[in-house]
Amino acid sequence: MEGTERVFERLVRDNQDRIFALSLALTGNRHDAEEVAQDTFLRAYRALADYPPERVRELKQRAWLHRIAVNVFRNRVRGLRPRLVELNGSEPSTASGPEEDVLRRAEIDELAARVACLPARYREAVVLRHVQELSYAEVADALGQPVGTVKANVHRGLKILRGENHGDGDD
Amino acid sequence: MATVMIDLKRLGDVKAPAGFADRVLAQAGMADSYAVFETVLGPVYVAWNRLGVSAAMRSKSAAEFEEWFEREVGRRLVRVDPPADLARKISDQLSGKRRLRFDLRGLTPFSQAVLEKTLKIPRGQVRPYGWVAREIGHPAAVRAVGTALANNPIPYFIPCHRVVRSDGVIGNYGGGGPEAKKNILSLEGVQLARLQKLAQSGYRYEGVKSTKIFCFPTCYHGRHAREENFVFFHDEAEARAAGYRPCKDCRPAVA
Repeated sequence: MEGTERVFERLVRDNQDRIFALSLALTGNRHDAEEVAQDTFLRAYRALADYPPERVRELKQRAWLHRIAVNVFRNRVRGLRPRLVELNGSEPSTASGPEEDVLRRAEIDELAARVACLPARYREAVVLRHVQELSYAEVADALGQPVGTVKANVHRGLKILRGENHGDGDD
Repeated sequence: MATVMIDLKRLGDVKAPAGFADRVLAQAGMADSYAVFETVLGPVYVAWNRLGVSAAMRSKSAAEFEEWFEREVGRRLVRVDPPADLARKISDQLSGKRRLRFDLRGLTPFSQAVLEKTLKIPRGQVRPYGWVAREIGHPAAVRAVGTALANNPIPYFIPCHRVVRSDGVIGNYGGGGPEAKKNILSLEGVQLARLQKLAQSGYRYEGVKSTKIFCFPTCYHGRHAREENFVFFHDEAEARAAGYRPCKDCRPAVA
């Protein structure tokens, strides 16, 4: 049990930025991103506690976490409910850094919101391939789709982001 | 084409918000959360987890509290913005309007029994150490009860201040010395002067003439009687000889 906790802490510290970036690109806002990223790690924690030690040792952590995050995200989309207004005040305070950071942050947020407008299947493919920079094989694995499908979805997603083929994204 | 790729790449450079990893560890139960609360007793550092409140201390600084907690409780602490309703729950707990849940893992079964029993002493009343010892089935372990209470990780919330010496000396108090103990008891409505006067005269119990029941002097069963209707006893044998039976509520003796 002690071992699991150490593995888990390392896992969180090593992957928190990556998984948060992924969640932000998928959800389009920081509030949902933090929830998805937290859920991802908590699921990982429960899984780790159940896995036999050799399975934990051989785990390809990065690919595994991506797969969990995509599933958390998909489950949320499925059970989509109106955004709850944050009442309990536990939301981390919006960091107010130097003005430069604030500007950069606003740009990033706008970018994330734009990506979040893509239909989910294009968005997942584009984000994993070009935000997380996974190989097509890794993306296919994380999404549980054939490589050909992933390539086509990435292609269509990029097209929409570039402002081409507007009618294409509505189906 | 190129700009879209560059933009997407920048999205990948986003960092997790400050404290994210710590919050995840706290949610996984690997660390307790804590915050400082303004209470009737002044600022109190309070730690909690999924099982309940795990510690409370009037520490001088966050660093002092963290150090104490990690040494005494053995888990890590993460400072968080408290949930909005927690401040009210805490003030309700301290004013006796509510019972919070507590996490006493890590304490010995004996200490847990002492603290659970102490939780049952009503606000405005006090009990001797020996009473706690007898009630948890270890009548000889009076000193051990004192040690367990002195090491209470959640003073104020688990009211170890309501356990006093039977000779009326208020006794030491981990939560800020004897003076702090007296202040809290007065705040809760204990008539300390009366209590100490009785104890100094050697009286441990009071009986009410009309009911022929004897109680600890702070038991609320006697509070409506007029002062001239009270009789006082040095010990149980004296009370029983006078035809009095022990109160079933404060249980000054086994019924």
